[in-house]
Amino acid sequence: MDEDAQENMIKLLSENLRQDKRGFEDFRDMTIELGVIETAEGSARVKVGETELIAGVKLKIDKPYSDTADEGILMVNTELTPLSNPNFESGPPSINSIEISRVIDRGLREGQAMDVKKLCIEAGEKVWMINVDVCPVNHNGNLLDIGAIAALAALHDTKFPEVDKEGKIDYKKKTSNKLPLKEDPLPVTVIKIGDYFLVDPTENEEAVMDARITFNFRKDGNLCAIQKGEDGPLTVDDIKKMADIAEKTMKKNRVIFEKAIK
Amino acid sequence: MVYKKRLDGRKMNETREIEAKAGVIKKADGSAYFKIGKTWAYAAVYGPRELYPRFLQNSNKGIIRFSYIMMPFSGMGERVRPGPNRRSKEISMVSQKALNSVVDLVDFPNTVVDVVVELPQTDAGSRCAGICAASIALADAGVPMKDMVAAVAAGVVDNTVCLDLSYEEEQYPDYAKEKLDSEHVADIPVACIPSTGEITLLQMDGIMNKDQLIDAINLAKEKCKEIVEIQRNAIHEKYKYKINKKSMDWKKELGE
Repeated sequence: MDEDAQENMIKLLSENLRQDKRGFEDFRDMTIELGVIETAEGSARVKVGETELIAGVKLKIDKPYSDTADEGILMVNTELTPLSNPNFESGPPSINSIEISRVIDRGLREGQAMDVKKLCIEAGEKVWMINVDVCPVNHNGNLLDIGAIAALAALHDTKFPEVDKEGKIDYKKKTSNKLPLKEDPLPVTVIKIGDYFLVDPTENEEAVMDARITFNFRKDGNLCAIQKGEDGPLTVDDIKKMADIAEKTMKKNRVIFEKAIK
Repeated sequence: MVYKKRLDGRKMNETREIEAKAGVIKKADGSAYFKIGKTWAYAAVYGPRELYPRFLQNSNKGIIRFSYIMMPFSGMGERVRPGPNRRSKEISMVSQKALNSVVDLVDFPNTVVDVVVELPQTDAGSRCAGICAASIALADAGVPMKDMVAAVAAGVVDNTVCLDLSYEEEQYPDYAKEKLDSEHVADIPVACIPSTGEITLLQMDGIMNKDQLIDAINLAKEKCKEIVEIQRNAIHEKYKYKINKKSMDWKKELGE
């Protein structure tokens, strides 16, 4: 970490300021558009400040995993290609993109967003496999939260394609059947820089953070997944404060999200 | 029904039996095994040694490189395919970050300390066992550290906070005979610096509320103070023998 940059950031925060003049617990303005990609079975574009990303859903029929023979498969993948940020390089998935994929994946899975049993066509033989790809277009921070919101919005937008008698998918014809979603887990990441807690960090803020925690909440306010990141250790008191901030932010985001998917 | 009696009869704040030993891999600069119930972790530490590829080098301080590897036969279900996968890469990363804040490598610029953790058999709690083993192995290798890191998973089963879930407890709704208060099970791996009480690893999956989270972290934090004694003891055991032998020679020289 660039320690001079962190010192400057802490100085700014000590004057109760952020680089973009936001309050510490303010999320940047968020817009969610559904159905932006015609070739995908479902898609969403989410913009939060300068950060913009597209999530797309593709469906196929596949063999289930042997330990969950009567359940469909939901898989999230994130590609940090050189498009969205000069720091990203092409090549195999970096550890950052793997972490983002897995944290989004875990939020949806542990939050029981999908009734995966309803995705079973023939137990042990055929189930629906749902691939969600989250692609940043412009990265200025907080891909974890915004990626998860985009992934969930795209799932809400998804409609099954038609399947003929032989079981072949006709991707050109979409039915009006939607995915069996039953819960909307939403994540909020809170970062710690020095003694300060911020939500919705920009890239500059992420570059100098000591620690972060991503909390995933269900509609009833219960937690369904947590991930701590970065090196900085946290006290139990820190974690308590961060959870409270995350919950407050999640409630505001949920209002925006629910309006968008209506 | 609330979860009152655990499947294996343990108390809520009781871990499975723990066994730790330092210096189990002779080729390594430091090594250890850490067993908690049926979860076994071996750790080997190599370094500080020069880091390649060179572009990864940090001229300010040495870095840790953590690899978490499940042996192909170590899983309860199907064979685990060898080689890194998304899960093992993520666990390697969070484990590395759990150790970073106690290890002090400013005197070893451009170097790497390789920490390799392999698990011959697992029954839940593998990342915590890996961190405990790695911490002993780092101390055994003489890597400068501010403290040990201890780790244990807490959990919520049927609305009851308890410690160190086994694989069966993670699947509790399948085993429960009574009607459940809550169908949900949550698993919360926690790593902690026992001397300061600071948390260096925190993950959670499952469903729980905020109060249960804080209770679970506190429970794990308290237990880490006990686990670190087992880790320290493993180091003491290894070096005790040498000291005793030496002191006996010294007594012989004096003709006692």
